[in-house]
Amino acid sequence: MDRQLLVISTVCFLAAVVRTIVALRAGVFRPGRFNFLAIGLGFIFQTAFLSVRGHALGRCPLTNLFEVFIFLAWSIALIYMLIGPAYRLSLMGAFTAPLVFIIQTFALLARIDNFHPVRLPANPWLEFHASFSLIAYGAFALAGIAGVMYLVQERQLKTHQLRSIFYHLPPLSDLFAAITRLLWWGFALYTVGLVSGFFVGQPLPWVQVICAMGVWLLYGAILQGRHLRRFTPKRIAALCIIGFSAALSLLWGITFTAQMHTP
Amino acid sequence: MNLFCVGLSHHNTDVEMRERFTGNAETDCVLRHSGCVEALVLTTCNRVEVYGVSETRVSTLDIARCLARTIDKHIPPDSAPFYRYEDAQCAQHLFRVASGLDSMVVGETEILGQAKKAYESARKSGAAGPYLHRLFQRAFRAAKQVRTHTEITRGAVSVGSVAVDLAEKIFGDLAGRKVLVLGAGETSERTSRALVTRGVTDLRVSNRSLDRARELARLVDGRAIGFDDWREQCREIDILITSTSSEAPLLTPENLGPMLCNRIDRPLFIIDIAVPRDVDPSVNEMDGVYLYDIDSLQSVAQQSLALRRQQVAAAEAIIAEHVAEFGKLISRGLNRASRDAEDPPVGESPLRTFEL
Repeated sequence: MDRQLLVISTVCFLAAVVRTIVALRAGVFRPGRFNFLAIGLGFIFQTAFLSVRGHALGRCPLTNLFEVFIFLAWSIALIYMLIGPAYRLSLMGAFTAPLVFIIQTFALLARIDNFHPVRLPANPWLEFHASFSLIAYGAFALAGIAGVMYLVQERQLKTHQLRSIFYHLPPLSDLFAAITRLLWWGFALYTVGLVSGFFVGQPLPWVQVICAMGVWLLYGAILQGRHLRRFTPKRIAALCIIGFSAALSLLWGITFTAQMHTP
Repeated sequence: MNLFCVGLSHHNTDVEMRERFTGNAETDCVLRHSGCVEALVLTTCNRVEVYGVSETRVSTLDIARCLARTIDKHIPPDSAPFYRYEDAQCAQHLFRVASGLDSMVVGETEILGQAKKAYESARKSGAAGPYLHRLFQRAFRAAKQVRTHTEITRGAVSVGSVAVDLAEKIFGDLAGRKVLVLGAGETSERTSRALVTRGVTDLRVSNRSLDRARELARLVDGRAIGFDDWREQCREIDILITSTSSEAPLLTPENLGPMLCNRIDRPLFIIDIAVPRDVDPSVNEMDGVYLYDIDSLQSVAQQSLALRRQQVAAAEAIIAEHVAEFGKLISRGLNRASRDAEDPPVGESPLRTFEL
């Protein structure tokens, strides 16, 4: 039942992806309500899935790699719903939907859901730590997406080759402002998640700690470079993409190690 | 009942020919002399057209005679290549015109305002009745739908507006941006004015002749800067418009680099409209610098036009739907429609039935 909810959610994101491709082919690339509604609907079904799974487990559904990926996809959609329209970045949906679709499709097909409906003892600190860290990942993902948008727009401006999408992407200044805000939000949330990890009351594998600290340092360095004006906006946009790719790989490592240490 | 359009446009005539047939553009004249029940004259710099409704066919020659200017009555009206569209083709033509598909610059929006003005004028004088009311209201709807559902109006197609569009895509809101105009040429002036209309308030003008700089500064509400001081200004400004007659490039990566060292997160947009160019093209390779010379601005304008042309098929499809709907509306008769308060009463017109 819960996987069916997830399949419906994935179809919603697929609809947004198809819509984007059709718009691109037609040369009419405009932010529309469709993408926002499709992502909104997908988000509702994601939430329903997490709720059903959470009730079955009696805790926050972050017990295996599958649930971690779905929670990450949910976090990305959540952050998009919060900041997309607010910062006039509605076209961000066209970039967000494919990422969420890929993550969910991978999670559904990769046979990584070793779900056992056994009610595990709840550890509020562990749940707090994991959920905050993943919501922070959502903000980092959106910063990466804004980074892609920035580089696409910057490239067009530099090469003087303007396509239909140029007229619908936000100005460079708005994109850079959004990247900066998302980085700060993500970093703040991640710091809270990281600190709460020290209160979970059980020893954490050192690989997990090093990976988590690595992600924190990486984003700290990007923000420091931004604050001290050491990096150009273009470099920060590129670092956001590299940073999220690295963080996603480390998340795999962290979750894999955590699963190995779960009795 | 006959719905028709007779006219001349930039497609088949030059301005010399068109200006002979603008006359006083008096709809009354057309009505009086040709037996039209309803008539409307649309005159723009690119076209002169009469939209009319008549019970019996009014010849193109009669319409042409009405349009010929009084002082040019000696010109035989049949010397001009008037085109004529009737019924569905007339509706289709008007919808294309209102949507900017028939314009010299495809997708331009000025024509819609001109069509609205012409309709309003004809409505007030009583020359436009229920048929033209329905026709033009449908044309305005079609044009609006074309604008919102296609990219036909996207992108600027003149050098000045391209520069402003690009500036907005780099900086967002232009209010508070600092602009330096280096060399007070005509294109610089036009571009500066366009920037001012988009919110730029801090505009500095520098020219070899300080008097000319002062003159342009006065025109665009800016302030004049001595030509020896323009390099210092480059540290502060966001947009540089340059059009001097210098033989050698004024800006190169070597002399621009030090000016940008403290503004790593602030882009610089350079519009170089000088020939020969004032800015070394390799400046565009510097991080945060966006350099456009006259060729690249024109290339962007051409790309916009190409983008617009790609949208013509989609726009034509929308227009075809509206033509079909208009045909249905007319075939149902206007008596019901005329009950709307806004409609001119059908009773004032002998028209009763009409089919496309």
